[in-house]
Amino acid sequence: MQAIKNLIKKSRIKSPWLLHYDCSSCNGCDIEILACLTPLYDVERFGIINAGNPKHADILLVTGGVNNRNKHVLQNIYAQMPDPKVVVCVGACGNTGGIFRDAYNILGGVDKAIPVDVYVPGCPPKPEAIIDGVVKALGILAEKSENLKNCVEQEDDR
Amino acid sequence: MAPTVIPFGPQHPVLPEPIHLTLTTKDEIVTEAVPQLGYIHRGLEKLADIKDFHQLVQVVERVCGICSCIHAATYAQAIEALMNIEVPPRAHLLRVIWSELHRVHSHLLWLGLFADGFGFESLFMQTWRIREKIMDVMEATAGNRVIISVNVIGGVRRDLSPEQCQWILSVLDDAEKEYKELGKVFLDDYSVQKRTRGQGVLTREKAYELGACGPTGRGSGIAQDVRQTGYSGYAMLDFEPVVENDGDSYARCKVRYREVLQSFDLIRQAINKLPEGEINVKVKGNPEGEVITRSEQPRGELLYYVRASGKKHLDRLRIRTPTFANIPPLLAMLPGTELANVPVVVLSIDPCISCTER
Ligand code: SF4
Repeated sequence: MQAIKNLIKKSRIKSPWLLHYDCSSCNGCDIEILACLTPLYDVERFGIINAGNPKHADILLVTGGVNNRNKHVLQNIYAQMPDPKVVVCVGACGNTGGIFRDAYNILGGVDKAIPVDVYVPGCPPKPEAIIDGVVKALGILAEKSENLKNCVEQEDDR
Repeated sequence: MAPTVIPFGPQHPVLPEPIHLTLTTKDEIVTEAVPQLGYIHRGLEKLADIKDFHQLVQVVERVCGICSCIHAATYAQAIEALMNIEVPPRAHLLRVIWSELHRVHSHLLWLGLFADGFGFESLFMQTWRIREKIMDVMEATAGNRVIISVNVIGGVRRDLSPEQCQWILSVLDDAEKEYKELGKVFLDDYSVQKRTRGQGVLTREKAYELGACGPTGRGSGIAQDVRQTGYSGYAMLDFEPVVENDGDSYARCKVRYREVLQSFDLIRQAINKLPEGEINVKVKGNPEGEVITRSEQPRGELLYYVRASGKKHLDRLRIRTPTFANIPPLLAMLPGTELANVPVVVLSIDPCISCTER
């Protein structure tokens, strides 16, 4: 049993699956995220795959600020992801609302709706910066899965 | 069998952007499609109350990150028309060069996504590899990859040196050569044709009636291209609108494929005709009056309406984007499509939701 648990833990960090959700971004950030997947940057060499299904994902990449209409969609997606999970928010809009923070239909950054672990600045951030953010997120993911393991073991002991 | 109602979106693997379609299907065939929008409405037009008319250039660039340069150029055009500013010819042609670079990158992006939509992953990768060359040109000439902020009211803020022009030409030659290789796959490959031909047919009459614009309309035989009106530097260049007559997804793909080649040609013409001189003029005072300007975006006709009353802040800014015009044609295309082909048909109008909802 322990061996399987260790394997799962290792492969989660070795091959994290991403989910991308566009809150209310201008597309600038989204196309840079897509650019990360293409031959020049090719994040697939790190085992990172862009998954379409929240239930398969370890890392949630969010772009753009939150508004009343997409807030619950975002929360829904976040709730559907299995633990441990990390949220990376990409771009000035996702961090604070960016240039749109004064607009009437923007509540603010992604952290107004769900907890955020990594903030990637830029408008839009370069693919290098996004990859950097995801690599940071991997460290947090490792930590979280360690904590999760400890929790489960405590439960088992009881 | 009773009809089945299937929700499509807002988070969907093939579309990076949130659009929600409620599809009513009968035996896997779509009978009705109802869109729901508003997921990425930001309230951008209202920012005109807070930001002054110079700052708005940066705001309108962020209507859509894919064609940002064209948004800024069109807005600048509107204000310049209100304030009777004579933009130097060099600035006009520089705007054309950057706008066409944006068109190339936007179409390549679309061709890639489209290939991904019908499951041709390697074609997606190849198209985006070529697109990176264009992104490099933007980064080298403007300092950023996507939102390049080169336009200001009264001209542009960056210049191209003769060496840079030579370099751009050589990159274009390179990219064009590789792009033409891909063209064989896009236009002649059996599986591509199988997935796109006859899908989402829009007849010429229907396209006209529903007000389709841009490549969606041109794919159905409507020879309409706002660049032909000769705004900005386009009056100095020589080109014909690209038209196809079949009206299906394949025709729309072909239009965009050929438009990339046309844009390569336009950039070359513009670089060769680039006159010496100033790149912008000083702007004094505030705009007053009312104006409508149009331009051709990668997706179709873009319209800006501006009303100002001699103050720093505009009274009203109104933007009408091409995808807004192309959604009614899309809803007409969907009935009769198999469920598995819905992503292909939706992609074939090149929807840009962040433009539509602003
Ligand atoms: S941070 Fe900039 S590029 Fe990204 S969504 Fe916001 S405005 Fe667009």
